[in-house]
Amino acid sequence: MSIDTATELQHAVEDAAAHLYVWALKDIPQDLRDALKGASERETSVPGRRVLSTILRNVEVADREGNLVCQDTGIAVYTCYVGEHFPLHPARIYEALRDGTARATVEHPLRSNAVHTITRENTGPNIGRRLPIVHWEFVKDWDGLDVKCVPKGSGSENMSFLKMCTPADGVKGIKQFVLESIVGAGGKPCPPGIVGVGIGGSADYAMYLAKEAITRPIGTRNDDPLVAELEDELMGLLNETGVGPMGLGGDVTVLNCHIEHADTHMTLNPVAVNYQCWAARRATAHVAADGTVDFDREA
Amino acid sequence: MATHEVTFPITDEQEILKLRAGDEVVVQGHIVGIRDRTQIRIFDQGVEPPMDLRGAFLLHTAPGVRKLGTDADGKGRYEKVCIGTTTSARMVRFTEPLGAQYGVRAICGKGGFPDEAIAPMREQGMVYFAIVGGAAALETTQIEEIEEVMWEELMPECLWRFRVKDFGPLTVGIDAHGNSLYHDVQAAAQEKLKEIYARL
Repeated sequence: MSIDTATELQHAVEDAAAHLYVWALKDIPQDLRDALKGASERETSVPGRRVLSTILRNVEVADREGNLVCQDTGIAVYTCYVGEHFPLHPARIYEALRDGTARATVEHPLRSNAVHTITRENTGPNIGRRLPIVHWEFVKDWDGLDVKCVPKGSGSENMSFLKMCTPADGVKGIKQFVLESIVGAGGKPCPPGIVGVGIGGSADYAMYLAKEAITRPIGTRNDDPLVAELEDELMGLLNETGVGPMGLGGDVTVLNCHIEHADTHMTLNPVAVNYQCWAARRATAHVAADGTVDFDREA
Repeated sequence: MATHEVTFPITDEQEILKLRAGDEVVVQGHIVGIRDRTQIRIFDQGVEPPMDLRGAFLLHTAPGVRKLGTDADGKGRYEKVCIGTTTSARMVRFTEPLGAQYGVRAICGKGGFPDEAIAPMREQGMVYFAIVGGAAALETTQIEEIEEVMWEELMPECLWRFRVKDFGPLTVGIDAHGNSLYHDVQAAAQEKLKEIYARL
């Protein structure tokens, strides 16, 4: 392809990223709206009902005023599914995502959260060294690109936990660690949200999988029936703990529990927990090889 | 669980003492935005805050704003874009001196304070209000105006004075009588975990 076409495609991805970041912050997906409504109908505690009805009111106000659902514009996390024949190299896709993130931050304007991790000085409009964060998946026999933007707030990201369980701890060890993590987190990660769990792989990969898990549409299930069963069981157990909306006590502690897994070493049993707050923002762009973009709130 | 309307800054301590953990509160008047770096400057770097905090309601926030211009005295003027609330637990150690040295009466944030806040709040006659974290679109409509911004160099962790109308609903998370919803919920959840673990 010509250089001009590559440049145009890079601009299309940049425009898509700029749109996605703001859109994700303002217009939460339907599955999340449904889950929050369901939670408010199910909740019986007085403070819990107060919290959930305020959340529903907040989503309505965000729609009406065109404002952000939550002030924490987060760190922009993107998951890219890149077709093997997509005519723009991932190095340029990354550049486009970074430029789009910065442009959206300046133009809206959005609060800029990015700081140097030692000096704590701001590093730019939600960009910096290795920011934004991009997860990559590559798809054979395809010429498209899907970009999912998940602005990740710090309140929930601070409630991330890793334990290298032993093989002898088994699945029981995994369940206990998820339960103790979520109870210990209390109201800090803005419950009720999505508990993302990564199991297997290595220490770093388990956490990567936990992050993948929170980006799925609510209530989707792992394609391995054993893992799907564990998702259902953990969701039920977590909602027995009574932590409740915003940690004020109640029936609904989590909207759901998603698990992603990888095979692992015979002596490893890693379990990672990554929390996604009730404002579980995400938005996707499908980019065709010719630069046409379709936006999709539900993917 | 009662419902109250309270106007800040308060002058009568009884206004605080009548609030009980679990009660619903709606706030009127003026509130003060504050965050990590603001309090680090006051207490760790020993810089006196240039704002009277007696009877104040402090909100844990780092607002998203748009700068409108600069006044003749060099102070920036700002309008709100999106104002929400951050996690309080990081700032719990400032509770006692905020009450004892500056007369602060209420701290509002999300996620709650750990048990170490219970004694200072009882001794100083303070309360912790739980707001709904993430509900910033609604919160922004309840903040009528950004009246004053001090320590702009800490943007967005400045000292902010907001005029509010019908700010809430808030839940009293910790009252001035030694009660904490967070303590009670956590204690019950730990008991529940024992029972769940026995079943696994």
